[in-house]
Amino acid sequence: MSMSERFADSFAFQNKGNPAATAGLETEPSPDNEPYVDLRNVSLVYGDDDEQMLAIDRLDLQVREGEFVAVVGPSGCGKSTLMKLVTGLLQPDGGAVFIQGQKTTGPVRSVGMAFQNSTLLPWRTTLSNVMLPFELVKPHRQRLRKHYDEYRERAMRLLDIVGLKEFANKYPWELSGGMQQRANVCRALVHEPPLLMLDEPFGALDAFTREELWLMTQDLWLKQRFSAILVTHDLREAVFLADRVIVLSKRPGRIILERTVDLPRPRTLASTYEPGFSEIVTEIREKILEARA
Amino acid sequence: MKKSRKSRSHAFVPWITTLALLVLWQIIAMALGSASLMLPPPTAIANSMVEHYDVIWPNALQTLYTTGAGFAFAVVMGMLFGLAIGASPLVYRAVYPLLIAFNAVPKVALVPIFVLWFGIGTVPAVVTAFSLAVFPIIVNVATGLSTIDAEMEDVMRSLGASRWDILTKVGIPRMTPYLFASLKIAITLAFVGSVLSETIASNEGIGFLMQAASSRFDVPLVFAGVIVIASMAVIAYQVCELIEGRFTHWAKRGK
Repeated sequence: MSMSERFADSFAFQNKGNPAATAGLETEPSPDNEPYVDLRNVSLVYGDDDEQMLAIDRLDLQVREGEFVAVVGPSGCGKSTLMKLVTGLLQPDGGAVFIQGQKTTGPVRSVGMAFQNSTLLPWRTTLSNVMLPFELVKPHRQRLRKHYDEYRERAMRLLDIVGLKEFANKYPWELSGGMQQRANVCRALVHEPPLLMLDEPFGALDAFTREELWLMTQDLWLKQRFSAILVTHDLREAVFLADRVIVLSKRPGRIILERTVDLPRPRTLASTYEPGFSEIVTEIREKILEARA
Repeated sequence: MKKSRKSRSHAFVPWITTLALLVLWQIIAMALGSASLMLPPPTAIANSMVEHYDVIWPNALQTLYTTGAGFAFAVVMGMLFGLAIGASPLVYRAVYPLLIAFNAVPKVALVPIFVLWFGIGTVPAVVTAFSLAVFPIIVNVATGLSTIDAEMEDVMRSLGASRWDILTKVGIPRMTPYLFASLKIAITLAFVGSVLSETIASNEGIGFLMQAASSRFDVPLVFAGVIVIASMAVIAYQVCELIEGRFTHWAKRGK
């Protein structure tokens, strides 16, 4: 069975009890819908008193519920810092970060995160790694022991979707780089977090594997409809996955372009070679070149 | 089939080199003739071992006991200190320089002090073994804990993990290969410590036996003592390695 057929299978039961998903492929929110993530006039300073550096300068950014936003920019523009601000791992020096209208004061609970390095725990099997969020996130952590089989089933279903079912009992070092990254994304999504943060998750992979994982990510997003912020320096990746692409300037990071990607979903790899797609990529590329100059 | 035969023959290799070494030793000792008083041949050492079996046995047990006690104590204290130092930057800054200074002190210099405090015999031997063995354990446990990947910590914190969760789910499992690597070093150092102390201030143990034999010019018995210590250390090392393999199979890639 090919991967896309597996996805098709998984869609068959996806929509049960999930009104956000049944809303279909439209990303237009209702007007009264407040943004899920709301960065208001956020600034961040790095360094000690004598050597201060402005990493992010008065940034405004909103991500609607269920929206997929990609952030691109020249290296060192504070993309990763932005991730930490949104998840509350760093507190802004100016402005404020709101999640669902709540101002963040500490690490935001139950956010899924995936980094370039897979950060799987080498002493755990793939399945056990993917189940890690259940051991930490409330209310799952209290229920895990009693309902272990149910949770295991959930993790296995996700592993099946990404084609890792046979590798559930293998250790991370027994998997290829692409498989590790798939498991990594599974771990970020298994507890169905409302917000997924991806920090160059496919940066270390070869081009073919990367494209395969774009499809995987898109399909998981179509299924779960989480809000997502993807930090990347691959423009095709950004345009393929995102509803909206944000271009940051070099340090200090400010938004210099916001581009809505209104291509229909699900997007296919073939669509990345169509003129409409290339046009958007070119437009963004030019803006980045401008910013680097 | 081919592979298993190969690995079996590989298992014999260390025994072959040992045997070759003994044969070479025997030849050199015999060639030296009467001068071989200072380098007795392996056969003479074996003879001495059989002859003085009744003396060697209880002394070997005594050394094993003091080493084991010192080592066990070092494991417990080493883990406690290592966990505290690795988990808390404040404790690290407060204690680490002192530990380095302590480790730099030649432990031979401490034995007379231990004797003043604890008299001669078992206690200073245990304390010396402990003082030598504890340092590598502390350093390794602390290193294993303090080198947690920053991104892993971010992932854990964004899942709502407490510091305790991070310690138990990431820190301690990550630390175990470091711990077991240090145990192999620590057990051999513990033997060094106990024999050292027994040589200086004791009337039992292999160290004392060798000291006594040497003062009577019973050179074969001195060498017998060396062989006994070496065998005990090798066996203890092997046991540590066996336990290590059990607990940290994930850290050994391939195969």
